[in-house]
Amino acid sequence: MSSMPQSNSAHAEQTDYNFAYLDEQTKRMIRRAILKAVAIPGYQVPFASREMPLPYGWGTGGIQVTASIIGPDDRLKVIDQGSDETTNAVSIRKFFSKTAGVETTDTTEDASIIQTRHRIPETPLHEDQILVYQVPIPEPLRWLEPRETETRTMHAHMEYGAMHVKLYEDIAHHGRIATAYDYPVSVEGRYVMAPSPTPKFDNPKMDNMAALQLFGAGREKRIYAVPPYTKVVSLDFEDHPFEVQTWEAVCALCSADDSYLDEVVTDDVGGRMFVCSDSDHCHRRRHAGHTGWASEDQQ
Amino acid sequence: MQQTTQADTPLLVCDALTKSYGRQVGCTEVGFDLWSGEVLGIVGESGSGKTTLLKCLAGTLEPTNGRILYQTRHQGTMDLYALGEAERRLLMRTDWALVHQNPRDGLRMGVSAGANVGERLMALGARNYGTIRGEAEHWLDSVEIDMGRIDHMPETFSGGMQQRLQIARNLVSKPRLVFMDEPTGGLDVSVQARLLDMIRALVADLGLACVIVTHDLAVARLLADRLMVMKNGRVVEHGLTDRVLDDPQHPYTQLLVSSVLQV
Repeated sequence: MSSMPQSNSAHAEQTDYNFAYLDEQTKRMIRRAILKAVAIPGYQVPFASREMPLPYGWGTGGIQVTASIIGPDDRLKVIDQGSDETTNAVSIRKFFSKTAGVETTDTTEDASIIQTRHRIPETPLHEDQILVYQVPIPEPLRWLEPRETETRTMHAHMEYGAMHVKLYEDIAHHGRIATAYDYPVSVEGRYVMAPSPTPKFDNPKMDNMAALQLFGAGREKRIYAVPPYTKVVSLDFEDHPFEVQTWEAVCALCSADDSYLDEVVTDDVGGRMFVCSDSDHCHRRRHAGHTGWASEDQQ
Repeated sequence: MQQTTQADTPLLVCDALTKSYGRQVGCTEVGFDLWSGEVLGIVGESGSGKTTLLKCLAGTLEPTNGRILYQTRHQGTMDLYALGEAERRLLMRTDWALVHQNPRDGLRMGVSAGANVGERLMALGARNYGTIRGEAEHWLDSVEIDMGRIDHMPETFSGGMQQRLQIARNLVSKPRLVFMDEPTGGLDVSVQARLLDMIRALVADLGLACVIVTHDLAVARLLADRLMVMKNGRVVEHGLTDRVLDDPQHPYTQLLVSSVLQV
Protein backbone atom coordinates (compact mmCIF):
# COMPACT_ATOMS: atom_id res chain seq x y z
CA MET A 1 0.00 0.00 0.00
CA SER A 2 2.51 2.63 1.12
CA SER A 3 5.41 3.24 -1.20
CA MET A 4 8.34 0.92 -0.66
CA PRO A 5 11.28 2.34 1.28
CA GLN A 6 14.40 2.89 -0.81
CA SER A 7 16.52 1.60 2.00
CA ASN A 8 15.36 -0.44 4.91
CA SER A 9 17.08 1.78 7.42
CA ALA A 10 14.04 1.68 9.68
CA HIS A 11 14.52 -2.05 9.84
CA ALA A 12 18.27 -2.06 10.14
CA GLU A 13 18.04 -4.94 12.56
CA GLN A 14 16.53 -7.09 9.79
CA THR A 15 19.65 -8.38 8.16
CA ASP A 16 18.60 -11.95 7.55
CA TYR A 17 15.65 -11.25 5.27
CA ASN A 18 14.69 -8.76 2.63
CA PHE A 19 11.73 -6.63 3.74
CA ALA A 20 8.68 -8.93 3.96
CA TYR A 21 10.77 -12.01 3.10
CA LEU A 22 10.40 -12.00 -0.72
CA ASP A 23 13.10 -10.42 -2.88
CA GLU A 24 12.22 -7.23 -4.74
CA GLN A 25 12.11 -8.85 -8.21
CA THR A 26 9.63 -11.44 -7.01
CA LYS A 27 7.42 -8.77 -5.46
CA ARG A 28 7.59 -6.83 -8.70
CA MET A 29 6.44 -9.87 -10.65
CA ILE A 30 3.59 -10.50 -8.20
CA ARG A 31 2.53 -6.83 -8.27
CA ARG A 32 2.31 -7.02 -12.05
CA ALA A 33 0.04 -10.04 -11.75
CA ILE A 34 -2.06 -8.18 -9.16
CA LEU A 35 -2.42 -5.14 -11.43
CA LYS A 36 -3.57 -7.36 -14.27
CA ALA A 37 -5.99 -9.15 -11.95
CA VAL A 38 -7.49 -5.84 -10.78
CA ALA A 39 -7.85 -4.73 -14.38
CA ILE A 40 -9.80 -7.88 -15.31
CA PRO A 41 -12.06 -8.59 -12.32
CA GLY A 42 -12.42 -12.30 -11.58
CA TYR A 43 -9.87 -13.43 -14.18
CA GLN A 44 -7.22 -15.83 -12.89
CA VAL A 45 -3.76 -14.46 -13.66
CA PRO A 46 -0.95 -17.05 -13.65
CA PHE A 47 2.13 -16.06 -11.64
CA ALA A 48 5.43 -17.69 -10.75
CA SER A 49 4.56 -18.75 -7.22
CA ARG A 50 7.60 -19.17 -4.96
CA GLU A 51 8.49 -21.74 -2.37
CA MET A 52 7.59 -20.28 1.00
CA PRO A 53 8.85 -21.38 4.39
CA LEU A 54 5.61 -23.21 5.10
CA PRO A 55 3.71 -25.95 3.29
CA TYR A 56 1.29 -25.45 0.41
CA GLY A 57 -2.23 -25.26 1.74
CA TRP A 58 -1.17 -23.15 4.71
CA GLY A 59 -1.64 -19.88 2.90
CA THR A 60 1.41 -19.54 0.66
CA GLY A 61 -0.59 -17.70 -2.01
CA GLY A 62 -2.05 -15.20 0.44
CA ILE A 63 1.33 -14.64 2.07
CA GLN A 64 2.99 -13.88 -1.25
CA VAL A 65 0.27 -11.37 -2.13
CA THR A 66 0.52 -9.74 1.30
CA ALA A 67 4.34 -9.65 1.11
CA SER A 68 4.11 -7.88 -2.25
CA ILE A 69 1.70 -5.14 -1.18
CA ILE A 70 2.75 -4.53 2.41
CA GLY A 71 4.78 -1.44 3.36
CA PRO A 72 6.42 -0.48 6.64
CA ASP A 73 3.49 1.79 7.58
CA ASP A 74 0.86 -0.89 7.12
CA ARG A 75 -0.98 -2.53 9.96
CA LEU A 76 -1.73 -6.20 9.42
CA LYS A 77 -4.54 -8.38 10.71
CA VAL A 78 -4.58 -12.11 10.00
CA ILE A 79 -7.61 -14.32 10.56
CA ASP A 80 -8.18 -18.02 10.11
CA GLN A 81 -11.81 -19.22 10.29
CA GLY A 82 -12.61 -15.68 11.47
CA SER A 83 -10.36 -15.97 14.50
CA ASP A 84 -7.17 -14.03 15.24
CA GLU A 85 -6.02 -16.71 17.67
CA THR A 86 -5.78 -19.89 15.60
CA THR A 87 -2.43 -21.43 14.69
CA ASN A 88 -2.38 -20.34 11.07
CA ALA A 89 -3.33 -16.73 11.94
CA VAL A 90 -0.79 -16.48 14.76
CA SER A 91 2.02 -17.95 12.62
CA ILE A 92 1.42 -15.69 9.64
CA ARG A 93 1.12 -12.62 11.86
CA LYS A 94 4.41 -13.53 13.53
CA PHE A 95 5.99 -14.17 10.13
CA PHE A 96 5.27 -10.62 8.98
CA SER A 97 6.12 -8.91 12.24
CA LYS A 98 9.47 -10.68 12.07
CA THR A 99 10.30 -10.26 8.37
CA ALA A 100 8.67 -6.85 7.76
CA GLY A 101 8.60 -5.39 11.25
CA VAL A 102 5.06 -4.13 10.67
CA GLU A 103 2.52 -3.46 13.35
CA THR A 104 -0.21 -6.04 13.74
CA THR A 105 -3.69 -5.69 15.14
CA ASP A 106 -6.79 -7.72 15.95
CA THR A 107 -9.16 -4.83 15.40
CA THR A 108 -10.76 -4.93 11.95
CA GLU A 109 -11.08 -1.13 11.41
CA ASP A 110 -7.46 -0.50 12.41
CA ALA A 111 -5.94 -2.88 9.89
CA SER A 112 -4.85 -1.65 6.46
CA ILE A 113 -4.30 -5.20 5.19
CA ILE A 114 -6.34 -8.18 6.37
CA GLN A 115 -5.19 -11.63 5.30
CA THR A 116 -7.90 -14.21 5.68
CA ARG A 117 -8.62 -17.87 5.37
CA HIS A 118 -12.36 -18.71 5.20
CA ARG A 119 -14.02 -15.56 6.51
CA ILE A 120 -14.78 -11.96 5.70
CA PRO A 121 -14.91 -9.90 8.93
CA GLU A 122 -18.39 -9.00 10.18
CA THR A 123 -17.36 -5.34 10.51
CA PRO A 124 -17.83 -3.65 7.09
CA LEU A 125 -14.50 -2.83 5.44
CA HIS A 126 -13.60 0.62 4.13
CA GLU A 127 -11.81 2.00 1.10
CA ASP A 128 -8.36 2.16 2.68
CA GLN A 129 -8.29 -1.56 3.36
CA ILE A 130 -7.21 -4.58 1.33
CA LEU A 131 -8.58 -8.05 1.99
CA VAL A 132 -6.18 -10.86 0.97
CA TYR A 133 -7.67 -14.36 0.63
CA GLN A 134 -5.74 -17.62 0.81
CA VAL A 135 -7.13 -19.82 -1.94
CA PRO A 136 -6.64 -23.59 -2.29
CA ILE A 137 -8.52 -24.21 -5.59
CA PRO A 138 -8.95 -21.10 -7.73
CA GLU A 139 -10.74 -22.79 -10.65
CA PRO A 140 -14.52 -22.99 -10.12
CA LEU A 141 -14.95 -25.27 -13.16
CA ARG A 142 -12.32 -27.78 -12.04
CA TRP A 143 -14.78 -30.18 -10.40
CA LEU A 144 -16.42 -30.87 -13.77
CA GLU A 145 -13.55 -30.34 -16.18
CA PRO A 146 -10.07 -31.58 -15.27
CA ARG A 147 -8.30 -30.09 -18.32
CA GLU A 148 -6.79 -26.64 -17.74
CA THR A 149 -6.78 -25.88 -21.48
CA GLU A 150 -10.50 -26.61 -21.58
CA THR A 151 -11.42 -24.56 -18.48
CA ARG A 152 -9.52 -21.59 -19.87
CA THR A 153 -11.42 -21.88 -23.15
CA MET A 154 -14.68 -22.14 -21.21
CA HIS A 155 -13.86 -18.91 -19.35
CA ALA A 156 -12.86 -17.22 -22.60
CA HIS A 157 -16.18 -18.07 -24.24
CA MET A 158 -18.24 -17.64 -21.05
CA GLU A 159 -19.39 -21.26 -21.23
CA TYR A 160 -20.62 -21.42 -17.68
CA GLY A 161 -23.40 -24.02 -17.98
CA ALA A 162 -21.26 -26.40 -15.91
CA MET A 163 -21.59 -24.21 -12.83
CA HIS A 164 -25.34 -24.57 -12.86
CA VAL A 165 -24.99 -28.32 -13.38
CA LYS A 166 -23.33 -28.40 -9.96
CA LEU A 167 -26.21 -26.47 -8.37
CA TYR A 168 -28.72 -28.69 -10.24
CA GLU A 169 -27.06 -31.76 -8.73
CA ASP A 170 -27.37 -30.25 -5.26
CA ILE A 171 -31.09 -29.68 -5.64
CA ALA A 172 -31.68 -33.09 -7.26
CA HIS A 173 -29.92 -34.92 -4.40
CA HIS A 174 -30.65 -32.71 -1.39
CA GLY A 175 -33.77 -30.78 -2.35
CA ARG A 176 -31.94 -27.46 -2.07
CA ILE A 177 -28.62 -25.90 -2.99
CA ALA A 178 -26.43 -27.64 -0.44
CA THR A 179 -23.16 -25.96 -1.43
CA ALA A 180 -22.29 -24.05 1.72
CA TYR A 181 -18.79 -22.78 1.04
CA ASP A 182 -16.76 -21.80 -2.03
CA TYR A 183 -20.11 -20.87 -3.54
CA PRO A 184 -19.55 -19.73 -7.16
CA VAL A 185 -20.07 -16.08 -8.01
CA SER A 186 -20.22 -14.10 -11.22
CA VAL A 187 -18.00 -11.02 -11.11
CA GLU A 188 -19.23 -7.90 -12.93
CA GLY A 189 -21.31 -10.10 -15.24
CA ARG A 190 -18.24 -11.65 -16.87
CA TYR A 191 -16.00 -14.17 -15.10
CA VAL A 192 -17.28 -16.87 -12.80
CA MET A 193 -15.04 -17.01 -9.74
CA ALA A 194 -14.45 -19.32 -6.79
CA PRO A 195 -14.52 -17.17 -3.67
CA SER A 196 -12.12 -19.58 -1.87
CA PRO A 197 -13.58 -21.69 0.96
CA THR A 198 -15.44 -18.80 2.56
CA PRO A 199 -18.92 -19.79 3.75
CA LYS A 200 -21.67 -18.58 1.42
CA PHE A 201 -22.80 -16.48 4.38
CA ASP A 202 -20.04 -14.07 3.35
CA ASN A 203 -20.87 -13.94 -0.38
CA PRO A 204 -23.21 -10.92 -0.08
CA LYS A 205 -20.37 -9.00 1.62
CA MET A 206 -18.21 -9.37 -1.50
CA ASP A 207 -20.75 -7.52 -3.59
CA ASN A 208 -20.01 -3.82 -3.94
CA MET A 209 -17.39 -3.99 -1.16
CA ALA A 210 -15.48 -0.74 -0.53
CA ALA A 211 -12.17 -2.56 0.02
CA LEU A 212 -9.99 -4.16 -2.63
CA GLN A 213 -10.16 -7.99 -2.55
CA LEU A 214 -7.11 -9.97 -3.68
CA PHE A 215 -6.98 -13.75 -3.98
CA GLY A 216 -3.72 -15.73 -3.97
CA ALA A 217 -3.42 -19.45 -4.73
CA GLY A 218 0.19 -20.54 -4.10
CA ARG A 219 0.11 -24.15 -5.17
CA GLU A 220 -2.07 -23.47 -8.22
CA LYS A 221 -0.04 -20.34 -9.07
CA ARG A 222 -2.97 -18.02 -9.69
CA ILE A 223 -3.89 -14.52 -8.53
CA TYR A 224 -7.28 -12.91 -9.04
CA ALA A 225 -9.02 -9.85 -7.72
CA VAL A 226 -12.28 -8.02 -7.15
CA PRO A 227 -11.76 -4.23 -7.30
CA PRO A 228 -13.71 -1.97 -4.91
CA TYR A 229 -17.39 -1.45 -5.69
CA THR A 230 -17.64 -4.37 -8.10
CA LYS A 231 -20.81 -6.33 -8.67
CA VAL A 232 -20.51 -9.88 -7.30
CA VAL A 233 -23.55 -12.10 -7.81
CA SER A 234 -23.98 -15.61 -6.40
CA LEU A 235 -25.25 -18.07 -9.02
CA ASP A 236 -28.68 -19.60 -8.47
CA PHE A 237 -31.94 -20.74 -10.07
CA GLU A 238 -35.10 -18.65 -10.40
CA ASP A 239 -37.06 -21.19 -8.37
CA HIS A 240 -34.20 -21.93 -5.94
CA PRO A 241 -32.72 -18.51 -5.17
CA PHE A 242 -29.43 -18.00 -3.35
CA GLU A 243 -29.75 -17.87 0.42
CA VAL A 244 -27.27 -17.72 3.27
CA GLN A 245 -27.04 -20.01 6.28
CA THR A 246 -29.12 -19.24 9.35
CA TRP A 247 -28.85 -20.59 12.88
CA GLU A 248 -31.49 -21.31 15.46
CA ALA A 249 -29.02 -20.40 18.22
CA VAL A 250 -27.34 -17.09 19.04
CA CYS A 251 -23.70 -16.64 20.10
CA ALA A 252 -23.20 -18.20 23.55
CA LEU A 253 -20.79 -15.44 24.55
CA CYS A 254 -22.26 -12.23 23.11
CA SER A 255 -25.79 -13.21 21.98
CA ALA A 256 -25.16 -11.94 18.45
CA ASP A 257 -27.85 -13.20 16.10
CA ASP A 258 -26.48 -11.74 12.88
CA SER A 259 -22.97 -13.19 12.72
CA TYR A 260 -21.57 -16.47 11.39
CA LEU A 261 -21.56 -19.02 14.22
CA ASP A 262 -19.16 -21.90 14.82
CA GLU A 263 -20.36 -24.97 16.68
CA VAL A 264 -18.07 -25.91 19.56
CA VAL A 265 -18.33 -29.32 21.21
CA THR A 266 -17.77 -28.81 24.94
CA ASP A 267 -17.87 -32.30 26.42
CA ASP A 268 -18.44 -35.93 25.44
CA VAL A 269 -22.10 -36.13 26.46
CA GLY A 270 -23.55 -33.96 23.73
CA GLY A 271 -22.78 -30.55 25.20
CA ARG A 272 -22.16 -27.92 22.59
CA MET A 273 -22.40 -24.23 22.02
CA PHE A 274 -22.42 -21.78 19.17
CA VAL A 275 -20.03 -18.84 19.19
CA CYS A 276 -19.17 -16.08 16.74
CA SER A 277 -16.53 -17.23 14.28
CA ASP A 278 -15.28 -13.63 14.02
CA SER A 279 -13.35 -13.34 17.31
CA ASP A 280 -12.84 -9.58 16.98
CA HIS A 281 -16.55 -8.99 16.44
CA CYS A 282 -17.46 -11.14 19.45
CA HIS A 283 -14.82 -9.57 21.65
CA ARG A 284 -15.99 -6.08 20.90
CA ARG A 285 -19.62 -6.92 21.50
CA ARG A 286 -18.72 -8.39 24.89
CA HIS A 287 -16.68 -5.28 25.64
CA ALA A 288 -19.75 -3.18 24.88
CA GLY A 289 -21.68 -5.11 27.52
CA HIS A 290 -23.41 -7.87 25.50
CA THR A 291 -23.48 -11.20 27.29
CA GLY A 292 -24.59 -14.73 26.39
CA TRP A 293 -25.62 -17.80 28.36
CA ALA A 294 -22.04 -19.08 28.55
CA SER A 295 -20.41 -15.76 29.54
CA GLU A 296 -18.19 -16.00 32.61
CA ASP A 297 -20.14 -13.44 34.64
CA GLN A 298 -23.29 -15.52 34.13
CA GLN A 299 -21.82 -18.68 35.61
CA MET B 1 -26.45 -13.75 -46.61
CA GLN B 2 -29.91 -15.28 -46.44
CA GLN B 3 -32.13 -14.45 -43.52
CA THR B 4 -34.11 -17.65 -43.52
CA THR B 5 -33.47 -21.30 -44.14
CA GLN B 6 -33.74 -22.04 -47.82
CA ALA B 7 -35.34 -25.28 -48.88
CA ASP B 8 -33.38 -25.30 -52.12
CA THR B 9 -29.91 -25.28 -50.59
CA PRO B 10 -28.28 -28.20 -48.80
CA LEU B 11 -27.91 -28.06 -45.00
CA LEU B 12 -24.28 -29.10 -45.14
CA VAL B 13 -21.87 -29.01 -48.06
CA CYS B 14 -18.59 -30.83 -47.82
CA ASP B 15 -16.33 -29.55 -50.56
CA ALA B 16 -13.13 -31.40 -51.54
CA LEU B 17 -12.21 -32.10 -47.93
CA THR B 18 -8.69 -33.36 -47.29
CA LYS B 19 -7.06 -34.08 -43.96
CA SER B 20 -3.52 -35.33 -43.71
CA TYR B 21 -1.49 -36.02 -40.61
CA GLY B 22 1.92 -35.04 -41.94
CA ARG B 23 2.58 -37.59 -44.68
CA GLN B 24 -0.13 -39.86 -43.36
CA VAL B 25 -3.41 -39.37 -45.18
CA GLY B 26 -6.64 -39.24 -43.16
CA CYS B 27 -9.11 -38.57 -45.96
CA THR B 28 -8.72 -37.20 -49.47
CA GLU B 29 -10.98 -35.01 -51.62
CA VAL B 30 -14.23 -36.00 -49.96
CA GLY B 31 -17.26 -34.11 -51.23
CA PHE B 32 -21.01 -34.47 -50.66
CA ASP B 33 -24.18 -32.48 -49.95
CA LEU B 34 -26.43 -33.26 -47.03
CA TRP B 35 -30.02 -32.08 -47.16
CA SER B 36 -32.28 -31.31 -44.26
CA GLY B 37 -33.91 -34.47 -42.85
CA GLU B 38 -31.56 -36.79 -44.73
CA VAL B 39 -29.51 -39.59 -43.21
CA LEU B 40 -26.11 -40.24 -44.73
CA GLY B 41 -24.22 -43.40 -43.83
CA ILE B 42 -20.46 -43.67 -44.14
CA VAL B 43 -19.11 -47.21 -44.24
CA GLY B 44 -15.66 -48.63 -44.67
CA GLU B 45 -13.12 -50.75 -42.86
CA SER B 46 -11.03 -49.61 -39.92
CA GLY B 47 -8.50 -47.00 -40.95
CA SER B 48 -10.40 -45.93 -44.04
CA GLY B 49 -10.74 -42.36 -42.74
CA LYS B 50 -14.36 -42.47 -41.53
CA THR B 51 -13.71 -41.04 -38.10
CA THR B 52 -11.28 -38.43 -39.41
CA LEU B 53 -13.96 -37.27 -41.81
CA LEU B 54 -16.57 -37.16 -39.05
CA LYS B 55 -14.30 -35.13 -36.77
CA CYS B 56 -13.66 -32.62 -39.56
CA LEU B 57 -17.37 -32.36 -40.27
CA ALA B 58 -18.26 -31.97 -36.61
CA GLY B 59 -15.87 -29.08 -36.17
CA THR B 60 -13.41 -30.72 -33.83
CA LEU B 61 -10.56 -31.29 -36.29
CA GLU B 62 -9.49 -28.63 -38.77
CA PRO B 63 -9.11 -30.04 -42.31
CA THR B 64 -5.90 -29.49 -44.29
CA ASN B 65 -7.82 -28.49 -47.41
CA GLY B 66 -11.39 -28.01 -48.52
CA ARG B 67 -14.40 -26.30 -47.02
CA ILE B 68 -17.43 -27.22 -44.98
CA LEU B 69 -20.42 -24.97 -45.55
CA TYR B 70 -23.31 -25.05 -43.12
CA GLN B 71 -26.63 -23.37 -43.55
CA THR B 72 -27.22 -21.67 -40.20
CA ARG B 73 -30.69 -20.87 -38.89
CA HIS B 74 -30.38 -17.12 -39.07
CA GLN B 75 -27.20 -16.10 -40.83
CA GLY B 76 -27.33 -17.99 -44.08
CA THR B 77 -24.58 -20.29 -45.28
CA MET B 78 -21.32 -20.10 -43.33
CA ASP B 79 -17.91 -21.68 -43.79
CA LEU B 80 -17.46 -23.71 -40.61
CA TYR B 81 -13.74 -23.12 -40.19
CA ALA B 82 -14.01 -19.42 -41.07
CA LEU B 83 -16.25 -18.94 -38.05
CA GLY B 84 -14.68 -17.79 -34.81
CA GLU B 85 -14.03 -20.45 -32.19
CA ALA B 86 -16.78 -19.05 -29.96
CA GLU B 87 -19.40 -19.23 -32.73
CA ARG B 88 -18.29 -22.70 -33.76
CA ARG B 89 -18.52 -23.98 -30.21
CA LEU B 90 -21.94 -22.40 -29.81
CA LEU B 91 -23.11 -24.07 -33.01
CA MET B 92 -21.75 -27.40 -31.79
CA ARG B 93 -23.74 -27.32 -28.58
CA THR B 94 -26.98 -25.92 -29.97
CA ASP B 95 -27.68 -26.74 -33.60
CA TRP B 96 -25.48 -29.81 -33.76
CA ALA B 97 -25.06 -32.98 -31.79
CA LEU B 98 -22.21 -35.46 -31.65
CA VAL B 99 -22.90 -38.98 -30.42
CA HIS B 100 -19.72 -40.83 -29.54
CA GLN B 101 -19.15 -44.53 -29.98
CA ASN B 102 -18.28 -44.86 -26.31
CA PRO B 103 -20.96 -43.16 -24.20
CA ARG B 104 -18.31 -42.36 -21.59
CA ASP B 105 -16.76 -39.90 -24.05
CA GLY B 106 -20.02 -38.07 -24.51
CA LEU B 107 -21.46 -38.18 -20.99
CA ARG B 108 -20.43 -36.51 -17.78
CA MET B 109 -19.96 -39.62 -15.67
CA GLY B 110 -19.72 -37.63 -12.43
CA VAL B 111 -23.21 -36.16 -12.49
CA SER B 112 -26.71 -37.64 -12.55
CA ALA B 113 -28.70 -38.53 -15.68
CA GLY B 114 -30.92 -35.47 -15.23
CA ALA B 115 -27.96 -33.12 -15.01
CA ASN B 116 -26.46 -34.72 -18.11
CA VAL B 117 -29.60 -33.97 -20.07
CA GLY B 118 -30.01 -30.51 -18.55
CA GLU B 119 -26.46 -29.32 -19.14
CA ARG B 120 -27.02 -27.97 -22.64
CA LEU B 121 -30.12 -26.10 -21.49
CA MET B 122 -28.22 -24.53 -18.61
CA ALA B 123 -25.38 -23.63 -20.97
CA LEU B 124 -27.92 -21.82 -23.11
CA GLY B 125 -29.14 -19.82 -20.14
CA ALA B 126 -32.02 -21.86 -18.65
CA ARG B 127 -32.21 -20.79 -15.01
CA ASN B 128 -35.40 -22.41 -13.80
CA TYR B 129 -34.83 -25.70 -12.02
CA GLY B 130 -38.42 -26.91 -12.53
CA THR B 131 -38.33 -26.30 -16.27
CA ILE B 132 -34.94 -27.96 -16.69
CA ARG B 133 -36.10 -30.98 -14.75
CA GLY B 134 -39.30 -31.17 -16.77
CA GLU B 135 -37.32 -31.15 -20.01
CA ALA B 136 -34.96 -33.81 -18.65
CA GLU B 137 -37.91 -36.04 -17.76
CA HIS B 138 -39.42 -35.55 -21.19
CA TRP B 139 -36.20 -36.53 -22.96
CA LEU B 140 -35.49 -39.50 -20.72
CA ASP B 141 -38.97 -40.69 -21.54
CA SER B 142 -38.32 -40.19 -25.28
CA VAL B 143 -35.29 -42.47 -25.12
CA GLU B 144 -37.16 -45.04 -23.02
CA ILE B 145 -35.29 -44.52 -19.76
CA ASP B 146 -37.43 -44.97 -16.65
CA MET B 147 -38.15 -41.61 -14.98
CA GLY B 148 -37.18 -43.13 -11.62
CA ARG B 149 -33.57 -43.22 -12.81
CA ILE B 150 -33.32 -39.46 -13.33
CA ASP B 151 -31.14 -38.89 -10.27
CA HIS B 152 -28.96 -41.95 -10.77
CA MET B 153 -25.39 -41.76 -12.00
CA PRO B 154 -24.70 -42.91 -15.58
CA GLU B 155 -22.19 -45.29 -14.00
CA THR B 156 -25.10 -47.41 -12.76
CA PHE B 157 -26.68 -47.65 -16.25
CA SER B 158 -26.20 -50.50 -18.69
CA GLY B 159 -24.28 -49.88 -21.92
CA GLY B 160 -27.44 -49.51 -23.97
CA MET B 161 -28.99 -47.11 -21.46
CA GLN B 162 -25.82 -45.01 -21.39
CA GLN B 163 -25.97 -44.75 -25.16
CA ARG B 164 -29.63 -43.72 -25.04
CA LEU B 165 -28.82 -41.18 -22.32
CA GLN B 166 -26.09 -39.74 -24.52
CA ILE B 167 -28.60 -39.35 -27.33
CA ALA B 168 -31.09 -37.62 -25.01
CA ARG B 169 -28.37 -35.28 -23.75
CA ASN B 170 -27.62 -34.30 -27.33
CA LEU B 171 -31.17 -33.89 -28.57
CA VAL B 172 -32.35 -31.65 -25.74
CA SER B 173 -31.20 -28.50 -27.53
CA LYS B 174 -33.26 -29.50 -30.59
CA PRO B 175 -30.35 -29.80 -33.02
CA ARG B 176 -30.85 -29.97 -36.78
CA LEU B 177 -27.78 -32.02 -37.53
CA VAL B 178 -26.53 -35.08 -35.64
CA PHE B 179 -23.20 -36.84 -36.10
CA MET B 180 -23.01 -40.41 -34.86
CA ASP B 181 -19.82 -42.40 -34.62
CA GLU B 182 -20.63 -46.14 -34.47
CA PRO B 183 -23.70 -45.54 -32.27
CA THR B 184 -24.30 -49.26 -31.78
CA GLY B 185 -20.69 -50.34 -31.33
CA GLY B 186 -20.08 -52.54 -28.33
CA LEU B 187 -23.76 -53.34 -27.71
CA ASP B 188 -25.27 -56.79 -27.97
CA VAL B 189 -27.57 -57.43 -30.93
CA SER B 190 -30.95 -57.23 -29.19
CA VAL B 191 -29.98 -53.93 -27.54
CA GLN B 192 -28.65 -52.76 -30.91
CA ALA B 193 -31.98 -53.52 -32.53
CA ARG B 194 -33.93 -51.52 -29.95
CA LEU B 195 -31.49 -48.62 -30.17
CA LEU B 196 -31.70 -48.60 -33.96
CA ASP B 197 -35.50 -48.59 -33.78
CA MET B 198 -35.40 -45.69 -31.40
CA ILE B 199 -32.90 -43.69 -33.46
CA ARG B 200 -34.94 -44.30 -36.58
CA ALA B 201 -38.11 -43.07 -34.90
CA LEU B 202 -36.40 -39.99 -33.42
CA VAL B 203 -34.77 -39.06 -36.70
CA ALA B 204 -38.11 -39.34 -38.50
CA ASP B 205 -40.13 -37.50 -35.81
CA LEU B 206 -37.71 -34.63 -35.40
CA GLY B 207 -36.73 -34.40 -39.06
CA LEU B 208 -33.04 -34.58 -38.18
CA ALA B 209 -30.28 -34.62 -40.71
CA CYS B 210 -27.78 -37.28 -39.71
CA VAL B 211 -24.29 -38.41 -40.60
CA ILE B 212 -23.72 -41.93 -39.28
CA VAL B 213 -20.32 -43.56 -39.39
CA THR B 214 -20.45 -47.32 -39.05
CA HIS B 215 -18.72 -50.47 -40.17
CA ASP B 216 -21.93 -52.41 -39.74
CA LEU B 217 -23.82 -52.67 -43.05
CA ALA B 218 -27.01 -53.69 -41.26
CA VAL B 219 -26.99 -50.40 -39.34
CA ALA B 220 -26.44 -48.55 -42.59
CA ARG B 221 -29.25 -50.43 -44.32
CA LEU B 222 -31.70 -49.64 -41.52
CA LEU B 223 -30.88 -45.99 -40.92
CA ALA B 224 -29.24 -44.44 -43.95
CA ASP B 225 -30.98 -42.97 -47.01
CA ARG B 226 -27.71 -42.63 -48.83
CA LEU B 227 -24.43 -44.43 -48.41
CA MET B 228 -20.81 -43.48 -48.95
CA VAL B 229 -18.19 -46.23 -49.07
CA MET B 230 -14.67 -45.26 -48.08
CA LYS B 231 -11.35 -46.97 -48.59
CA ASN B 232 -7.87 -45.60 -47.92
CA GLY B 233 -9.25 -42.13 -47.26
CA ARG B 234 -11.17 -41.88 -50.52
CA VAL B 235 -14.84 -42.26 -51.34
CA VAL B 236 -15.02 -45.23 -53.71
CA GLU B 237 -18.78 -45.44 -54.08
CA HIS B 238 -21.69 -43.16 -53.30
CA GLY B 239 -25.40 -43.66 -53.86
CA LEU B 240 -28.78 -44.63 -52.42
CA THR B 241 -28.30 -47.20 -49.68
CA ASP B 242 -30.38 -49.93 -51.30
CA ARG B 243 -28.68 -49.42 -54.63
CA VAL B 244 -25.19 -49.56 -53.14
CA LEU B 245 -25.89 -52.63 -51.05
CA ASP B 246 -27.94 -54.54 -53.63
CA ASP B 247 -25.89 -53.68 -56.67
CA PRO B 248 -22.38 -52.74 -55.58
CA GLN B 249 -20.24 -51.40 -58.43
CA HIS B 250 -16.79 -50.95 -56.95
CA PRO B 251 -14.75 -54.10 -56.26
CA TYR B 252 -14.19 -53.02 -52.64
CA THR B 253 -17.93 -52.52 -52.04
CA GLN B 254 -18.59 -55.91 -53.60
CA LEU B 255 -16.08 -57.44 -51.20
CA LEU B 256 -17.62 -55.57 -48.25
CA VAL B 257 -21.16 -56.68 -49.08
CA SER B 258 -20.12 -60.28 -49.66
CA SER B 259 -18.22 -60.36 -46.37
CA VAL B 260 -21.36 -59.95 -44.27
CA LEU B 261 -22.03 -63.15 -42.35
CA GLN B 262 -25.35 -64.75 -43.16
CA VAL B 263 -27.14 -66.46 -40.32
